[in-house]
Amino acid sequence: MSTATANKKKGGFLAGTANYLDERVGVAGILKEFGRKVFPDHWSFMLGEVALYSFLVLLLSGTFLTFFFQPSMVPVVYDGVYGPLKGAEMSIAYSSTLDISFEVRGGLLMRQVHHWSALLFVAAAGLHMLRVFFTGAFRKPREINWVVGFVLFILGMAGGFTGYSLPDDLLSGNGLRIIDGMIKGIPFIGAYTSSLLFGGEFPGEAIVGRLYSLHIMLIPALILVFVAVHLFMVVIHKHTHYSGPGRRDDNVVGYPLMPVYVAKAGGFFFIVFGVIMLVAATFTINPVWSYGGYDPSPVSAGTQPDWYIGWLDGALRLAPTHLEFMVGNNTLSMNILLPMIVGIGFLVVVALYPFIEAWVTGDKREHHVLDRPRNAPTRTAIGAAGVTFYAVLWAGASTDLIATQFKMSLNQVLTSIQILLIIGPILAYIITKRTCLSLQRKDREIVLHGRESGRIIRMPNGEYVEVHEPMNEYDLYKLVDFKSYQPMLARPNDKGVITIRSRIRAKLSSFFFEERVQPVTATELEAAHDHKEIH
Amino acid sequence: MSSKGKDLVVAQEGEHEYATGLAVVAPDAIKDPGLEPHRVRMTDKSEKHAKNAERQVTAMFLASIVGSAFALWAYFAFPLSESDLGTVRSNTLFLGLGITLGLFGIGIGAVHWAKTLMPDAEVSEARHQTRGSEETRARAIEIIDLANQESGFSRRKLIRRTLYGALAFFPLPGIILFADLGPNPADSLKHTMWRKGTRLTRDPYGTPIKATDVTLGSVFHVIPEGLNESDHKLEEKAKAAVLLVRVEPEILKESDERKGWSYDGIVAYSKICTHVGCPVALYEQHTHHLLCPCHQSTFDLTNACAVVFGPASRPLPQLPITVDAEGYLVAQSDFNEPVGPSFWERKA
Repeated sequence: MSTATANKKKGGFLAGTANYLDERVGVAGILKEFGRKVFPDHWSFMLGEVALYSFLVLLLSGTFLTFFFQPSMVPVVYDGVYGPLKGAEMSIAYSSTLDISFEVRGGLLMRQVHHWSALLFVAAAGLHMLRVFFTGAFRKPREINWVVGFVLFILGMAGGFTGYSLPDDLLSGNGLRIIDGMIKGIPFIGAYTSSLLFGGEFPGEAIVGRLYSLHIMLIPALILVFVAVHLFMVVIHKHTHYSGPGRRDDNVVGYPLMPVYVAKAGGFFFIVFGVIMLVAATFTINPVWSYGGYDPSPVSAGTQPDWYIGWLDGALRLAPTHLEFMVGNNTLSMNILLPMIVGIGFLVVVALYPFIEAWVTGDKREHHVLDRPRNAPTRTAIGAAGVTFYAVLWAGASTDLIATQFKMSLNQVLTSIQILLIIGPILAYIITKRTCLSLQRKDREIVLHGRESGRIIRMPNGEYVEVHEPMNEYDLYKLVDFKSYQPMLARPNDKGVITIRSRIRAKLSSFFFEERVQPVTATELEAAHDHKEIH
Repeated sequence: MSSKGKDLVVAQEGEHEYATGLAVVAPDAIKDPGLEPHRVRMTDKSEKHAKNAERQVTAMFLASIVGSAFALWAYFAFPLSESDLGTVRSNTLFLGLGITLGLFGIGIGAVHWAKTLMPDAEVSEARHQTRGSEETRARAIEIIDLANQESGFSRRKLIRRTLYGALAFFPLPGIILFADLGPNPADSLKHTMWRKGTRLTRDPYGTPIKATDVTLGSVFHVIPEGLNESDHKLEEKAKAAVLLVRVEPEILKESDERKGWSYDGIVAYSKICTHVGCPVALYEQHTHHLLCPCHQSTFDLTNACAVVFGPASRPLPQLPITVDAEGYLVAQSDFNEPVGPSFWERKA
């Protein structure tokens, strides 16, 4: 900003442009407001950035692909350069995908850039969500932005799946076949819905064109809108920062947007783009030519969906046998519905978690200082249980590969994973909670008695003791800067009645906070120091 | 307890207090020592280091130019050749590596610039409550009240209610427009191309199969005769694909009803999984199990393809077969039940 004003005085091209823009769009006011906005610095804040930049790469590479791809399922006889498929009957969509790969310079590179950045987009968004969850960044006032981010994650999966289905090769067609089967399993409307989607019987000649409209227009437009809302709210709230000295709920500590963040974040876009480009140049992804165009008859063993769909496919696999029932004259496919209910139920809990926690804690303050995961043991344990649940479903999508790679019985692998789906999250919850509480106790230990130095000295009386080094006040404050919560008791309301609602809340609250470790207080610290002098 | 700890946030204007809920704020909590003192970098202290960093950043940006130029060169230097598909690999690799260097040069250069030469002292900026000040909120309410008064939105009930009605109805035509996306499936899911006398032919060539071609233990992927000439080839194939296997007739456990559906140990079952419709394409010879590669549903061929494992619930439908006068395998009829994934209207 200072250079801009300096230039204005001197005149010249830059000043002229700045003046022109200011008089037309008020750019000076915008710069004054945002130019020195402070952003906190932490590696974990880059995960969301990675997602955003992967999305930009998706837009760039995707636009290139639309210039060559033809979303039509009309059958043609392939006459391109790829020998093994010469003369094969296939859809125009598939044939144009082959042409992009083999006959357009840089076409395969762009296909691979697009696919890799899609995988990275969903992965980065997922990790970003985990960061937000485990640090409590979703608390007031950011609950709505959590939901916006959640919607973005779902849209990312939708974008990925619709894109995966476009080439109309054997694997993508099989993915659609599974979707068709799942939709048909929905009671009352299943068969009709499938017909509406596919334009008649599966596979039909409509689905690729329809998914194309969704994939290149509706879904990216929605993602853009939600990204805009997401970032707009970041500006309103200002970014959170980690707890530590000088970091409070009423300030934000970090570097100014101009010039430091412009350089760092701008540079980071090129680094993310560069990593995607490097991976795309050196690693094949989705070689659509290897299995040929879609045909409902052949399928190859050991195929896997893109990673972010894996957990849903795993849920389908884990459903126990014989879950289909007759309801009068109709078929109720619980083997399809149960996985859908489990999957959707999991997502609903994820989306609503901020509201659940806010209700349990009764906390109405604004939170801008992040929790260290160990300082919120129950939340961290719930998160670990959720991650485990997701991971087990995900592993469930690879039962066949686990069995063949490790030479185990397929049936036993599947049964083990079914059991793990129930037990895994419970174990993860217990282990994580214990670990968090232990880490908190260790923090107390360090605050009160200093760090273990590893130096052993022998006292004149023959006793060996280890020297503990006291911490400096800044490092020490990092370990005590958190709040402890007290479980709530079920209290009677104005009418003297203890409502069920308040009972549930009390139960939940004691579930959350029964076991807790308090931060070291000044009094305790002083007492510990006095004690040491005596010793 | 927690009635008013140091952390209780007070709004800038208007003295608003927020419930701390169950948070415990100890009155003797350890005091915040404030921001850590800034550590000076080498590039701040010595002009030589700063100059060095400047050279490094410049070198990165120059490397970027070289990378982009290399990519331009590679575009022409590694053309795609019709006769050698290996050229696709070198085109992808060298074009990609050039662009990568072009991107990395800019990215790493800019970040290095920020980290070594731009100020790295963290600054603190005040953060305000998201909630508007009392004054702002009062004014907002005033505006809404005024708008309400001027429009008579609350007062003129008839207008308000009919507006709600109109808004509820106007999207309906938009929804009904989508009804023509696809026809009512009606009975189409319940029938396939198989008819009495349709020959069983090899997938994908369509050549007929003689019973004598099917040796013990062999598997044939089968489509109905005439499928390749059909107008809706893929749709028909997605329902009519069949797997043909010959086993020793004595190991087949056949119900009385199905006694005549096989021919001398040759059985034909729908290849479309009753779970979500993947082709059940894997046959395990010594167990006589059919396995769906998608979700591992396993069917026992000798026991009317009953489900022995996996998420499927129903046996694979059996196609009744026999031989015609020339010894070719033919269907006795269509399947006696709908094939493929279950759907609500499907009767047992």
